[in-house]
Amino acid sequence: MNDDINQKNTKLVRKLLLIAVAMFGFGYALVPLYDVLCDITGLNGKVEGSAVKEVVYPIDKNREITVEFITSLNESAPMEFRAETKKLKIHPGEYYTVNFYAENKTDKVMIAQAIPSISPGLAAEYFKKTECFCFTEQTFKAREGKMMPVRFVVNPELPSQYKTITLAYTFFDKTKTQ
Amino acid sequence: MSAVIAEHDDHHEHDDHAHGPEKGILRWIITTNHKDIGTLYLFFALAMFFVGGIMAMIIRAELFEPGMQFVQPQFFNSMTTMHALVMVFGAVMPAFVGLANWMIPMMIGAPDMALPRMNNMSFWVLVAGVLMLASTLFMEGGAPAGGWTLYPPLVLQTGKALPFAIFSVHLLGISSIMGAINIIATIFNMRAPGMTLMKMPLFVWTWLITAFLLIAVMPVFAGAVTMLLTDRFFGTSFFDAAGGGDPVLYQHIFWFFGHPEVYIMILPTFGVASTIIPVFARKPLFGYSSMVYATASIAFLSFIVWAHHMFTVGMPVAGELYFMYATMLIAIPTGVKVFNWTATMWKGAMTFETPMLFSIAFVVLFTIGGFTGLMMSIAPSDFQYHDTYFIVAHFHYTLVPASVFILMAAGYYWLPKWTGHMYNEKIGQLHFWLSTVSVNILFFPQHFLGLAGMPRRIPDYAVQFADWNMISSIGGFIFGASQLLFLYIVIDTIRGGTGEKVSDEVWEDAHKHGLEWTLPSPPPYHSFTTPPTIIPTEHI
Repeated sequence: MNDDINQKNTKLVRKLLLIAVAMFGFGYALVPLYDVLCDITGLNGKVEGSAVKEVVYPIDKNREITVEFITSLNESAPMEFRAETKKLKIHPGEYYTVNFYAENKTDKVMIAQAIPSISPGLAAEYFKKTECFCFTEQTFKAREGKMMPVRFVVNPELPSQYKTITLAYTFFDKTKTQ
Repeated sequence: MSAVIAEHDDHHEHDDHAHGPEKGILRWIITTNHKDIGTLYLFFALAMFFVGGIMAMIIRAELFEPGMQFVQPQFFNSMTTMHALVMVFGAVMPAFVGLANWMIPMMIGAPDMALPRMNNMSFWVLVAGVLMLASTLFMEGGAPAGGWTLYPPLVLQTGKALPFAIFSVHLLGISSIMGAINIIATIFNMRAPGMTLMKMPLFVWTWLITAFLLIAVMPVFAGAVTMLLTDRFFGTSFFDAAGGGDPVLYQHIFWFFGHPEVYIMILPTFGVASTIIPVFARKPLFGYSSMVYATASIAFLSFIVWAHHMFTVGMPVAGELYFMYATMLIAIPTGVKVFNWTATMWKGAMTFETPMLFSIAFVVLFTIGGFTGLMMSIAPSDFQYHDTYFIVAHFHYTLVPASVFILMAAGYYWLPKWTGHMYNEKIGQLHFWLSTVSVNILFFPQHFLGLAGMPRRIPDYAVQFADWNMISSIGGFIFGASQLLFLYIVIDTIRGGTGEKVSDEVWEDAHKHGLEWTLPSPPPYHSFTTPPTIIPTEHI
């Protein structure tokens, strides 16, 4: 093989390696891109991670929406977790408060985080929470049980095809990762 | 291809550069010769084909009857996971890299691959990667059992094996990328004078495009599994909802790799089929340039359809529609290819030697796999098919009687060239008929099982699925056993085969279809030390 080809090869290999490295980076770039896309479109049931200010909406008394509440535990976290209300008929624009009960079943202090998810995903951006135990980590003393309120409103601009919204919470035991 | 070889210059070993292989075992360890490395790849792939095959036999044995028979559920799940990983990364991909190593330099008139030492390294890194993957079988907590897609959070529950599985994916990725870079460099820089891009055999074209796919997506997969690794051991939360991550994100990243990955396994298949069919139809390939453009279109489309693997994760209707239509588009270039192969055979003076039989079976059976793919592209229907045996039947039809059959065809087609001996045609045809009949007994009933609702990746099932599972298992055992014939034929051919001395072109008029047939059988250790002369012609 002559030097000319060797040189051409070296150049090409450099370029191709660069592509490979760039694509490795692209894999990581997909993470923020994905979040941005979810934020913009409100897909995937991602909801705001912090409380929104309580604003007054016109209440639409003619429209009734069913809101369902689901609770679950991740990797069988040693807790009891339930919604005091399973289902609620609401009017868009009106504020409601529902209670959730969570209890630490261990004899040790537990730190847990609840993650909300709303379906259908596209309804998520119309579901506003002014108060939620999911905004921060919750610390439970040994065997402690807590009643925790969630205050929410459904924006009356919610498109008419949505008749039922399901709010699901999963509690994650984060004690070990602290 | 529209090139014919005017003459082949004296390419026998005569200059000081030409030397034979090293003696003994060291030849295979330190070799930088493209033929030696190709042979290593092919043997390694064949070995892994049997390892993955044994895993498949365990799966089919357990599913022979409802209830738990032979293995624990956890081990069963390890088998489905490892079977897929071994077959994809250990058998099919390395087999095509082996063919590329052997054939590309000979097809484009080059003396060797462009980067021979990197070539050696990419093979041994592959071996290291697969050995590391296999070692997980013996670890505490068992081998990965969450499916080959390694979805979190399930895969994060893997025991001690998880970091080993992840590092083995890294090694396999590095090996594939090095192989791909080598192939691109060879094709771009080592072609004989006159071998323009549009004169290259389609096998070379499909590999060029495949190599670019590999470089584009293997690093993305490496990134995804690295995120799994840091999620499990270093407290990151890419896919952990508790820390603000999202497991669905993994699916998006994985399938951004995964969909091109399935084409990495099928594009070289198309290339080999396009090489073999014209020879035995005794006609030039119909629509050469449309084949090239179709391959490129399929490669491009593979990047923009990934979410059709995830129709059920809760995408909005607009997303479902986009991925549905984009997926359906793939049928067009694929259809072009199927029609071109059919048109190549149309009114050809066909003969039915084993390589051609496997190629014809490929065209027919791959098309069945393609049609079920079209069914699944319809988002509302896919909700029924998702994660059922219908999916299993679909991708096995596109992999076994397609990629694997074409690899067999390639073996029969080029073995006489590689070894200088003729394989036993009778046993070859027996192997073909047994394989073709049994592969359909094996996979066709899985369509029915899937439509009836049998989920994939389960060791036990409802009694209603018993009959078709038993038939499928019987097909599986026959198919598995038939492959031993192929092993026998390969060994027999290397040791002399039928004893018949094969000519340089082996197949009638094969020299019109590729430069490799102008070389002696077996070809000299260094193929084209002086470049061959290529003159263009209107038609062959």
